[in-house]
Amino acid sequence: MAQAVSENSPARGRLALSPQARVNIAGYLFITPWILKFLTLNAGAMIVSLGISLFKTDFFTTFDFIGFDNYTRLFRDPLFWKSLSVTAYYAFGMVPLALVFSLVIALLLNQNVKFQGVYRVVYYLPSIVSGVAVAILWKYLLQPRWGLINQGLALVGIEGPKWLFSTTWAMPAFILMGVWAAGGNMLLYLAGLQGIPTDLYHAASIDGANAWHRFWRITLPMLTPTIYFNLIISIIGAWQIFTQSYIITAGGPDNSTLTMVLLLYRKGFQQFHFGYASAIAWVLFTIVMLFTVLIVRSSEAWVFYAGEVRG
Amino acid sequence: MIRGQSLPSIHRGAGRYRVEHVSGRVVLYLVITAGAFIFSTPLLWMISTSLKSPELINRIPIVWIPPELRWANYIDPWVEMPFLLFYWNTVFITVTNTAIILITNSLVAFGFARIPFKGRTIIFFVLLATMMLPPQVTMIPTYLFWSRLRLVNTFWPIMAPEWLSAAYDVFLMRQFYMTISTDLDEAARIDGCSWFGIYRHIILPLSKPVIGVLAILNFSFNWNNFITPLIYLNDSRLFPIALGLRLFETQMGGGDTYVRLGPLMAMTLVSIIPLMAAFFIAQRYFIQGIVITGIKG
Repeated sequence: MAQAVSENSPARGRLALSPQARVNIAGYLFITPWILKFLTLNAGAMIVSLGISLFKTDFFTTFDFIGFDNYTRLFRDPLFWKSLSVTAYYAFGMVPLALVFSLVIALLLNQNVKFQGVYRVVYYLPSIVSGVAVAILWKYLLQPRWGLINQGLALVGIEGPKWLFSTTWAMPAFILMGVWAAGGNMLLYLAGLQGIPTDLYHAASIDGANAWHRFWRITLPMLTPTIYFNLIISIIGAWQIFTQSYIITAGGPDNSTLTMVLLLYRKGFQQFHFGYASAIAWVLFTIVMLFTVLIVRSSEAWVFYAGEVRG
Repeated sequence: MIRGQSLPSIHRGAGRYRVEHVSGRVVLYLVITAGAFIFSTPLLWMISTSLKSPELINRIPIVWIPPELRWANYIDPWVEMPFLLFYWNTVFITVTNTAIILITNSLVAFGFARIPFKGRTIIFFVLLATMMLPPQVTMIPTYLFWSRLRLVNTFWPIMAPEWLSAAYDVFLMRQFYMTISTDLDEAARIDGCSWFGIYRHIILPLSKPVIGVLAILNFSFNWNNFITPLIYLNDSRLFPIALGLRLFETQMGGGDTYVRLGPLMAMTLVSIIPLMAAFFIAQRYFIQGIVITGIKG
């Protein structure tokens, strides 16, 4: 470490701060805004909600400590298992699809194509339309009789499914909406691609590497920090899916779109079982945490940083 | 490897491996054009619907270009509802938040990416953990916090937490900073440059692409933010456009909502025009300005 070199002479006396102490002070000063936010808004709220999960409470009439009863009741609740499988289905369908899809689009749009800007806007636009508008839009696009999608399928001789009115097709419809709005991921890949030094490609070309090799040996490894980010963020986002099922299907038909957060919302904000709702939240938190730990642990093996500071 | 020096124009196009063959280029254009067509149809449908009279909306087969364009769909809602006020609120919140967010987040991310302080790894993991709890959970305790401060029904709960950095942005910026070589930092440290100096003179000039991306993402997030204003704002004079649209939708009357789908789609389209403008301004930093290339150092 460079900063450790200059001020290490014992002659400076014991009162002077050690180099590591200076580094620590600088580090904590830089992250002060986040620490402030964490202490005021995150930590307190997390502790309170964890505490609430041990109570039977509606915040007004009852406030009984019941230990882990909410959790044991949860694991016997068929609705909870239903919501778990619905959410897992969405996460495992949506995350890989959106990840690969947005990467492929970003790579294609990073070529020297004419009207590059226009293409980028077309692919990116869906992701900026607000949640409410997207929900309304897709409700009508997926309308089984006169919706645009089934009219389009009819043109090629396919009788489209009933989509949001079908227990089989409602969740795939949500995944379709998710992929349509994956333009944000594409943007991050595009930014990542701009950060790859050109001379790597020149050197590789001189060495006779073809496009396929250049992709696997340069582009993909250099993009791993972005892929890592998108993977974690997509997993967190997918498990928390709520707006679509709340606005479009209200969990139906027959609970086929009852996601974990929707169940949480119903239990908490509609039936006022805040303890039970908090327990759902912490189970969800644990699941997402497990996936994240797995990815973070594995990242040393596959994420490549050109400028890593080990401290 | 030293990064951050622009090379002569021949070297532009960092990160591109060109598709050289003619047949390859034809396939490339076919694929991206077909994809672009599929991606834009929902929005084209939205535009078409916004210019239709009610009786054309559920016609089979679909009428793409209405025989008579109904511009009234774009005009009448402004009288029915104070959309102008909604836009003023949205612009105020969005612009202020985005500007402050970019500064605080880049500082925090610099701390995590570049300064090897004690406890960095653990604290960073805590930061990631804060993203994993569904926001619906902390909603109630957070609401109690703001109501204790008597700041419900003001912009404070929508603005102040944003200013104090966001885990998502910090994570993204850190990922970006981590890809910048540390050689320059170390040289600067030996020359007695402060950490802030390194941030200001080395890292920040190299961060234009990621700042451009975060500018547009934060702008869109704040512009579209629905749930936070929904919880904290009761007074419709304080509503941003996302709440305004929802209000407009619910006032269309239940049952056959498609009867008023035209004006709703028109107002929704108007609400995304500023986002498109913001995208065009921000994109030059991460799409055209390819100055971050590397040379052998």
